[in-house]
Amino acid sequence: MADPTRLRAHEMAALLRSGEISSRALTEAHLSAAERQNHALNAWLVIYRENALAQADAADKRIAEARRAGTAALNALHPLCGIPIALKDLVSVKGGQATAGSKILKGYIAPFDSTVAARLKDAGAVILGKTNMDEFAMGSSTEHSAYGPTANPWDLTRVPGGSSGGSAAAVASFHTPLAIGTDTGGSIRQPASMCGVVGIKPTYGRVSRYGIVAFASSLDQIGPFARDARDAATLLHAVAGRDDRDATSAPEPVPTELLGLATSDDEAAAYLKGKRIALPKEYFVEGMEPGVAARIREAVGAMEQAGARVEEVSLPHTDYGLATYYIIAPAEASSNLARFDGVRYGYNDRSSGEFIADYIKTRGAGFGPEVKRRIMLGTYALSAGYYDAYYLKAQKVRTLIKADFDAVWAAGFDAICAPTSPTVAFSLGARTEDPVAMYLSDACTLPINMAGLPGMSIPAGLSDGLPVGLQIIGAPWSELSMLRLARAYEGITARAPWRDLEPAELQLTDDPTTPSPIERKERQKSGASAPGAGGHS
Amino acid sequence: MTSAPAAAGTGALARYEAVIGIEIHCQLKTASKMFCACDTQIEGAEPNSHCCPVCLGLPGTLPTINKSAVEWVIATGFAIDGEVATTTRWDRKNYFYPDIPKGYQISQYQLPLVANGKLTFDTSEGPFTVRVRRAHLEEDTGRLIHEDRDGRRVSLARRSLIDFDRSGMPLMEIVTEPDIRTAEQARRYAEELRLLMRTIGASDAEMENGQMRVEANVSIRPIGREAFGTRVEVKNMNSMRAVERAIAFEIERQAELIDGGGAVHMETRGWDDPSQSTYHMRPKEEENDYRYFPEPDLPPLTTTPEWLAAIKARLPELPAVRRTRYQTEFGLSGYDASVLVNDLASTALFEGALAAGEGVPAKLLANWVTGEYMRLVKGEESGGSADPVQLAALVKLVADGAISGTNAKEVFAEHFATGRVVAAIVEARGFRQISDAGALGTAVDEVLAANPAAVADYRAGKGAAVGFLVGQVMKATRGQANAAMVQTALRERLAKTE
Repeated sequence: MADPTRLRAHEMAALLRSGEISSRALTEAHLSAAERQNHALNAWLVIYRENALAQADAADKRIAEARRAGTAALNALHPLCGIPIALKDLVSVKGGQATAGSKILKGYIAPFDSTVAARLKDAGAVILGKTNMDEFAMGSSTEHSAYGPTANPWDLTRVPGGSSGGSAAAVASFHTPLAIGTDTGGSIRQPASMCGVVGIKPTYGRVSRYGIVAFASSLDQIGPFARDARDAATLLHAVAGRDDRDATSAPEPVPTELLGLATSDDEAAAYLKGKRIALPKEYFVEGMEPGVAARIREAVGAMEQAGARVEEVSLPHTDYGLATYYIIAPAEASSNLARFDGVRYGYNDRSSGEFIADYIKTRGAGFGPEVKRRIMLGTYALSAGYYDAYYLKAQKVRTLIKADFDAVWAAGFDAICAPTSPTVAFSLGARTEDPVAMYLSDACTLPINMAGLPGMSIPAGLSDGLPVGLQIIGAPWSELSMLRLARAYEGITARAPWRDLEPAELQLTDDPTTPSPIERKERQKSGASAPGAGGHS
Repeated sequence: MTSAPAAAGTGALARYEAVIGIEIHCQLKTASKMFCACDTQIEGAEPNSHCCPVCLGLPGTLPTINKSAVEWVIATGFAIDGEVATTTRWDRKNYFYPDIPKGYQISQYQLPLVANGKLTFDTSEGPFTVRVRRAHLEEDTGRLIHEDRDGRRVSLARRSLIDFDRSGMPLMEIVTEPDIRTAEQARRYAEELRLLMRTIGASDAEMENGQMRVEANVSIRPIGREAFGTRVEVKNMNSMRAVERAIAFEIERQAELIDGGGAVHMETRGWDDPSQSTYHMRPKEEENDYRYFPEPDLPPLTTTPEWLAAIKARLPELPAVRRTRYQTEFGLSGYDASVLVNDLASTALFEGALAAGEGVPAKLLANWVTGEYMRLVKGEESGGSADPVQLAALVKLVADGAISGTNAKEVFAEHFATGRVVAAIVEARGFRQISDAGALGTAVDEVLAANPAAVADYRAGKGAAVGFLVGQVMKATRGQANAAMVQTALRERLAKTE
């Protein structure tokens, strides 16, 4: 058989049922690819070889039993049974680490399963390991990980995006067909865009946050990465739905049609006929790379040709998205991260023998600079005398941003299409010294979090050899139509030449002499002392 | 300070008026904690045996609302005639301390469940009403235990241990307006609130084990002045007596300070029971900026009219209503009604005995409860209990003249101590009174025949001899004779045979 890592999850599921492949073989193929190439990518923080193989054996047993019991039992098997998956390292899995990319959670072992992990285990999915991320999901490049940056398999000198960069890179590199990420301001969609994979941020409240290390509670959502819309829909279906442990999870039913997206490209493409698509002019901002803008206009043009009606709309409060986001998200984060005090778990420094001094030392050394910056921002915004001017005002603007979108839905549009990121993947180190430049990476994604809407990024071709993501934004709870639209776009671009391309530098990662992202970063630092490069001696 | 002010002197109140506000935290009586499923039966349990990822604040955990805790606060709102919010929400109170595992406490800041209530109660100077500003719901913290080198618990510790069993226990905080003027009013307010909590079942409100914690904000101002003085917060008052004494002490202390040309400083002071004085804990200037903001993990809560009506319908008769009813329905004095109502066990005994249906007069029953029962409860033999059905039976015997009052008290004492049935005690001890005229007559005749000297004394004008003769009859009947009938029979016979 050809390399099974190149299959889509739904193809793997079919082979598992027909007995043409075992979950063990599938898992082994993915584990060895991940183990072989992680040196050059640093997408994985931990790989659970033994546990994964044990889960694979258990899945094989379930599949074998179902096969003996007959077709009905085989059809009743969960579509993820025996399928490998990666989890961002802020998803709690009982007995495993959950560093959230931070030194302060080094050594912490979660004593319970997150709801997402529990649902995946019940489905029979095989958890391969935990992926790299910006510390506490604060970042857009995965460079703010305490465990070193992740490289983009399309160009190893570039970032994979972030904060779920490890998950995106692992899916793009065929280390896993599926991965879980979180998205607070773009942390699933932006790395999906930069790595050329599919990523969904569901409606706020769609997926339980229980057991997911929190960044900003009113914005965080958990979602899937996959290599096509069908797989992403299947994974979303598996983890979505009301959870009594998360009071903000909604009782909204999860449509089973998510498991039945069109298999044929033509059938899928037919969905576009008569659909009304909004193109917000504010999302084609200054600073957007022409190649990115071109790909998005081409993608929307292709949809129009397939029968969709595309109209330009205005989302007038878009400009305030970034500023208000950087009040609300840090404010919630400053409170959410207060629990990391070294008293009960994780990293601590108790050398001073006095608890306030120990707190200061623990948090001073345990948090990275970006996390500290946001804790400071958030603490300031919530302080007495500033609360009304910052936090309260930001919440009011948030309502206006949401109203912009409501007007689009009220006007009868089925979806909004926009770029996911204004640029393709940027070089390692290019934005780490300029927080605002880094924050601007999420200008097109974070308003969607502010409005609580579902959004996704799907590959829309390349610019300068690097992936460009098309963002599809839907009305609340409209994930099914959003995915049908994504699937339709896959249908009309099924024969596009870029569809067959694998990440350009993935092969380099097989070479053990290829430098690791950490080595690249070190080199860059020493190179930075060269004239004109910014001086960091 | 060198000289301690008089513990409960009234000197200061001649020149100053005290302004007192009370904050009370009550642990609500729920099966599980405020935001997780942990069992609340933590009393006497091993440390850290009643906690889970949620109340330990582990990464990724989320709170879920305990509906019955919310209902207790709403019930309290109705009981104090307050306004129950139609929409309420939770806020985070952010501060760092090792006993607070999330680095914030989930509380209610801007939209408390209950606002603008009031509570009326009796004092030695008559009825008094205190306005309640708000009642809200929050979670308790863990408990710090400080140990020295040898593992002894001390305040200046070598190391500190944390017990998270209390973390996440449901607490209701009830805050008054600064309406209270005397230490007695403060104690009475706390007592009445405790009674209310116990009556509606919201809390056991035992101060000794921290189920009810009373804090007072105390300031004084010269009589006649509008502006408030500088206030001092007093904590660590572990009994109702301590509440009254601590506040009285604080009023005197502040008056002495001002009289001596000094000034009161904003501070938190603790009550020290052994020395009967307050001591400085920390200056109030250091108060944290708690950075309150709406808890994003919990959606706002809407209280539907149907839900509120159902909670209101479940409320039992409230103490104030019950006191009035006892006076109007049973003709009890205000004092007796209060004694009965202020102690839930007494109320239950009284109501239970009434319900036993022996048809005994309520007033007689009330006397037994406020008299003998209360005496026994407060006395050395306390630890016993009285069964309402047995009390009713006993009082019926007394009312029917079937047992003497003196013997009835003995029977009751024995029942209280041993729980034995009244009829059995009366039987075993031969206390059933001889009220049969024939039987009594025989005994009286025998005594007269056997005591000619006493009979002669009586006839010689010594009326007191009757007492001796009654005693002899009682002795002969082993106390079972109806003393009043004996006396009548004696006098009749002595007059006749003259």
